[in-house]
Amino acid sequence: MGILIYGLINSLDLILMSIGFALAYGVSRVPNFAHGALFILGGYLTWLFLFRFNIPYLFSALLAVIITALIGAGLYRFIIIRVRGMPISEIIASFGVGLAILEFLRWTGLRGTTYMLPSFFRGGVYIFDIPVDFQRITIVLSGIAILVFIWLFTSYTKTGLALKAIAQNERAGLVLGIDSDRAAMIAVAIGAALAAIAGIIILPLGNIIVETGYEVLIFAIAVSVCGGLGSLKGAVLASFIIGYAQMLTVSYIAPHYHFVVAMLVIVIVLITRPSGLFGKQKELEERV
Amino acid sequence: MQELRKERLDRGVKVRSESIYAISSLKEIMFIIGPGLLLAALLLILPLFVSSYWQGALKITGVYVLLAIGFGFLANYVGLVSLGGALFVGVGGYLSGGLNYFFDLPMIVTIPIAAVGGALICTILLLPALPLRGVYFAIVTLVYPMALSRIIVATGAFRGTDGLPGLERFPVGIGPIYLIFIVILICLYLLSRLVNYEDFGLVLRGVKDNELSIKASALHLTWYKIQAVFIAAFMGCFAGAYLTHLYGWVGTSLLAQDFSILPVAAAVVGGPGTIFGPLVGAFILVPISEAMRDYGTLRIVFYAIILVIFVVFWTEGILDYLKRKYEQFEHWVEM
Repeated sequence: MGILIYGLINSLDLILMSIGFALAYGVSRVPNFAHGALFILGGYLTWLFLFRFNIPYLFSALLAVIITALIGAGLYRFIIIRVRGMPISEIIASFGVGLAILEFLRWTGLRGTTYMLPSFFRGGVYIFDIPVDFQRITIVLSGIAILVFIWLFTSYTKTGLALKAIAQNERAGLVLGIDSDRAAMIAVAIGAALAAIAGIIILPLGNIIVETGYEVLIFAIAVSVCGGLGSLKGAVLASFIIGYAQMLTVSYIAPHYHFVVAMLVIVIVLITRPSGLFGKQKELEERV
Repeated sequence: MQELRKERLDRGVKVRSESIYAISSLKEIMFIIGPGLLLAALLLILPLFVSSYWQGALKITGVYVLLAIGFGFLANYVGLVSLGGALFVGVGGYLSGGLNYFFDLPMIVTIPIAAVGGALICTILLLPALPLRGVYFAIVTLVYPMALSRIIVATGAFRGTDGLPGLERFPVGIGPIYLIFIVILICLYLLSRLVNYEDFGLVLRGVKDNELSIKASALHLTWYKIQAVFIAAFMGCFAGAYLTHLYGWVGTSLLAQDFSILPVAAAVVGGPGTIFGPLVGAFILVPISEAMRDYGTLRIVFYAIILVIFVVFWTEGILDYLKRKYEQFEHWVEM
């Protein structure tokens, strides 16, 4: 039972971490390798506003999300847009930006136990005799809420539909008058905001450390590769698969293997089904 | 208003030296081989005139040069971006260190074994990503070094975080510098022959630019990628083994980010047009990075920013710019 509950929590953790990456890649076809950095940045900015400027928790979180989204938009508008369509340069440029952010934060002293976000609510409850604290319940609920929000956004709003159109066929989108650069910028900005939100919700469980940034990037990539790069439905399913796989290895084999599971998933998926679980649409493009 | 445009024309000596004239006059011969000879001479003379501190820095530079050349070869000639030079260094380093530590083999045996065996291991590890588009190769190479260092720490293999101490070390002096510089020169020579004059190089360019044309020519795409990755991994694993015996110690720091990002930065700064670009980039960046050692991880921020600036705003790179100036002259003409 413990595995079931904590597996669910872990899976929604992964969904939160990876949904922004999957969205940005699915729509703008920009692999945003700065994703992990934006995750940490969201948490760090919240910490900064909360403890240095004494702004209430909710407002500092909101401010951090907005700033991270602006950084994401800037990243697209000023850097990635110039190398659009060249996957090699896109990866190097976005990874470079992410690395610069993360290592700069490390230099300013982002390690150890100083940087810690408080939980939103103290205490916890027992579900089937398993203790679960409120922070983890928040993760589950907000994960579900974000999924619903994204689904509504991409199915019922004009902007969301435009994003989807660009993902499916950029040229047809252009013919219909959709500004593909604007759509891609919005997608990257939303992806960044989602990364920040994930950071703010997940980081109270531990310290804000730079290594988490790299881990989040790898997990996001693992989920996206497994689900099919750019497929949100696939990403959700893949999160559950990887989430439970991680929980099982941690409980039955050894701890510290979170990362190895993610790596194995990437390798196995690439060998057996390179386009991922739901990557049918682009299947031919993935294999060369 | 009178409008002007810049016209570029090949220099006469370049045009002449491309044909049979190249062997008829010393001037044309020097035009072709001069830069290469100058480079080789600089590399061979430089170690004699620097202080012992900078001799140490030159050894490290050599390691990064090998990695950067490997990266540049894969990225610019085969179209595979490797974000994990640390994988090559780590595998080569652990292999030679392990052989030396557990089997007491001397380093004259461990280094070649580590270079060839490590290259094989790396190629096999990277095999799943090779039949796919370039993005996946970048992903896989990014993940491996991080995952391997986690595995080593978690399982305690190779003595985990402590690493393997007391390995055989190179003698002090300038011998080791010449070892790595000569390897670099040999690699540069063979690679530039390979990509410029051999059919194999032509096929590799095809792999980068138009994969369908390679398939249409009934060539095995993945097999060519495997060979290319093996070449790059060979250089990287040699660099790793060299580093191991330089420090006499192997640890998870061989799998650190520095080995992944600096070669990328060096290759990008140097320019994608030639096989020599990464070398120039590494010789500019690594000494700066050594000088910045006191600033800790701010160094990585520095390379990352340089990297982004060059990728986005000056894709030509330093060496391609110089090559253009060397081979062509420019002047303004009326439109």
